[in-house]
Amino acid sequence: MDMQIFLQQLVNGASLGSMYALIAIGYTMVYGVLRLINFAHGDIMMVGAFLTFFGVSSGLSFEVSVLIGIVGAAIVGILTDKVAYKPLRDAPKISLLITAIGISFFLENLFTVLFGATPKAFKAPDYLTKVFHVGDIYLPISVIIIPTVTLIILAVVLWILYKTKQGMAIRALAFDIQTVKLMGIDADKIIMIVFIIGSSLAAIGGIFYAVSYPSIDPLMGIIVGLKAFAAAVLGGIGSVGGAVIGGFILGFTEILVVALFPELGGYKDAFAFFFLILVLLFKPTGIMGQDLERGRF
Amino acid sequence: MDAILKVDHVTMKFGGVTAIDDLSFEVPRGSIYGLIGPNGAGKTTIFNIITGNLKPTKGRIFLDGEDITGIKPNKAVYKGIARTFQNIRLFKSMTVLDNILIGFDSAAKYTYFEAILRFPRYFKYEKIIRQKAYELLKIFNIEEFANLNATALSYGNQRKVEIARALATNPKLLLLDEPAAGMNPKETAELSEIIHKIKKDFNLSILLIEHDMKFVNAMCEKLTVLDYGEKIFEGKPSDAIVDKRVIAAYLGDFTHA
Amino acid sequence: MSKTVSYLIYTSLVVAYLAFVYYAQDLFDSYTLSILSNIGIFAILALSYNLINGVTGQFSLEPNGFVAIGAYFTALLLIPAETKIDMFALTDPAPIILQMKAQFLPAILIGGIAAAFVALLLSFPVFRVRGDYLAIVTLGFGFIIRILAINNPEYTNGAMGLNDIPTPDNIFNWIGIIALITFIAMLHIIYSKFGRGMKAVRDDEDAAVAMGLNTFKLKTVAFMTSAFFEGVGGGLLASLLTTITPDQFSFLLTFQLLIIIVLGGLGSMSGALLATILVMGGMEWLRFLDEDMVIFGMHTGAHPGMRMVVFSILLIIMMLFARRGLLGDKELPEVLSILKNKLTKRK
Repeated sequence: MDMQIFLQQLVNGASLGSMYALIAIGYTMVYGVLRLINFAHGDIMMVGAFLTFFGVSSGLSFEVSVLIGIVGAAIVGILTDKVAYKPLRDAPKISLLITAIGISFFLENLFTVLFGATPKAFKAPDYLTKVFHVGDIYLPISVIIIPTVTLIILAVVLWILYKTKQGMAIRALAFDIQTVKLMGIDADKIIMIVFIIGSSLAAIGGIFYAVSYPSIDPLMGIIVGLKAFAAAVLGGIGSVGGAVIGGFILGFTEILVVALFPELGGYKDAFAFFFLILVLLFKPTGIMGQDLERGRF
Repeated sequence: MDAILKVDHVTMKFGGVTAIDDLSFEVPRGSIYGLIGPNGAGKTTIFNIITGNLKPTKGRIFLDGEDITGIKPNKAVYKGIARTFQNIRLFKSMTVLDNILIGFDSAAKYTYFEAILRFPRYFKYEKIIRQKAYELLKIFNIEEFANLNATALSYGNQRKVEIARALATNPKLLLLDEPAAGMNPKETAELSEIIHKIKKDFNLSILLIEHDMKFVNAMCEKLTVLDYGEKIFEGKPSDAIVDKRVIAAYLGDFTHA
Repeated sequence: MSKTVSYLIYTSLVVAYLAFVYYAQDLFDSYTLSILSNIGIFAILALSYNLINGVTGQFSLEPNGFVAIGAYFTALLLIPAETKIDMFALTDPAPIILQMKAQFLPAILIGGIAAAFVALLLSFPVFRVRGDYLAIVTLGFGFIIRILAINNPEYTNGAMGLNDIPTPDNIFNWIGIIALITFIAMLHIIYSKFGRGMKAVRDDEDAAVAMGLNTFKLKTVAFMTSAFFEGVGGGLLASLLTTITPDQFSFLLTFQLLIIIVLGGLGSMSGALLATILVMGGMEWLRFLDEDMVIFGMHTGAHPGMRMVVFSILLIIMMLFARRGLLGDKELPEVLSILKNKLTKRK
């Protein structure tokens, strides 16, 4: 393949991978502390995108709308835990999973009722849609901003996890929730922090997605969410670094494989599933190989 | 010695922690053998190694001369090892009878299709295992509870159900993890009687973990004392009580169960 | 109640049911018949879904995928070759597609078998590791089936789907009888060592393994059985609807089945039957929520999706406050006798 085209796909892959990474972090952190696959997480991403869209179409500035999107998504995340997951902390696992599906379906239909099912055009500000041309490479500025911002966010999250007291509590919770509670740490507050971080990141991922593929619909969270979860498993569920690695691998794979084999284009969305099955067959603990019984982020 | 079980230089490390350190002992066939020691000494860990739930870092386990180290837990049952759990793990949605019928699963020799189509083999074997299950219930004096939900029984009776269920798998070696835990003296005496009876009637060897020294005294012909994963004594219970190292490990606290 | 009396009651119920199925086509108009047919197929799906989810305790989201497999296989076997040649618009049908031909019952059964085979393939990666992943894998699987159907037009006619699927005149009888067979088969499984084993896996998988059970085999068998009947239901659905498209077998179908088995009580087959009627009735009755309503003289406008908002809230509330559903994990006779004991005690 032509070098130019390869580089083009590389940057596209980095951009897509970043979005998956941001959403995958939320999945992996919630799984780490609650051992729960939060099916509603992909829909949180949709909520973030839609709230931002709502802000912009109501006339608010883009920056303020983004803030609303992130904060709104975080609130939805916290509410989800408080209302639906917390009461079921000691219930059998299957109850929790069913409830998570219920929340997911609820959010999808609620936003369909509120905004309609037809895709909406997302108007990003000019500074985000500027396009550079480097040789033959088509370089929208977003494709540079997104991975950069993502890596900064990753650094921040890792700093929180390893350099703050709350972060240490989060990692301890992933290890052994009973002991942590016995030590007088407010587990519920820590879990709330996890949902705040995860949901905010998902919202940012959703906004990036909306900027890159300027149309949003209430069901956009499902497929992206599924793929992000597969990425988290690929990287090693429970590991934040793994989630990012898995996200980028998936992003690059999707873009590069389709570029190399266009006839596989219709199967783009199936790669994540393919990775998932492979991981389960050969290395269930994923790339970072965290054995969650000895949990560490 | 004709050993039903041989634990051969087993070491178990979890990361940096050594849970079991070069442990060896043999359980004579047909005996009741005790495994005692303070909390955290590694008793349940060695149980988990014997049953195949854990693979030892070093060492081997031999059942009736056959190396079964690292075998899958349900295979271990097939080889003749059955166990109970420290915190009684009965199947909570099922009746007492159904719990025991689980133990007879391999004795019910009908296929999936024979069950769905209700072929004669289904009826034949269901009848057989139900009969056997009731016999077990009789031995443990809990026949009247057969169709109650397992959780409706008293703690002592639940313990009996668990042992009966393990017995249903037709083991050569029965592993009992603190069978007398949480029982009052009357229940403990009854349990002691039952264990002796089943050992005789079913030709069993028994390895049991216990804290209650009176119970151990009454039950065990021989025992091993563990402390921090190491064997610090092996021999008769009466000798264990007066051994210096054993006393030091327990800080002299033998009357407490 | 003595054994002979219960035996008599059950036999008369079955006879009454069969009579109902036999004469229904003469008694009811086609609208009612189509509702009853839908209820019948959903009952088959709910009963089978209950086996892997409720009885074996493995949270799976598989039905829409296996229903699609059954539907496509059955449809391709029933549609005559000449019709296929005309129907396949995007490309010519593959030769094997033209060769596929079967009578009604074999076509339905092959749909089920195909689904069961796919379930076997999925079992290997999934059941070896944490059961958590079953839900995600089956959720993804549903999407993959759709992708496969759309991207292989020489086999499936792509996004256009298949139509002119032949419907036998007595389809209602078929549905009624297969529903009964499914129910009886499920009961036979539950009241056997396999059902006991599946429940043991649900209650405490580690203890089940410690008792010698091959839990991988039990989970796989449950999964394949659920898949088989879901495939059969899919085949019946294809024949009933005469038209199928890849988009028809969406997550919505699985979600409805999930609500049904939770409402009925996870693990209760008779509960699943009751709940099928309630939920299907409820879905119809609440249809007005999706349309324009007039409240206090004001128009709400049509909001498709409102109905499912209500249903998802219902599901969440059930999980929070009434997790055991109507019958818990017991069958109806047992629940009735418990109630009877409670009432007679009060006196």
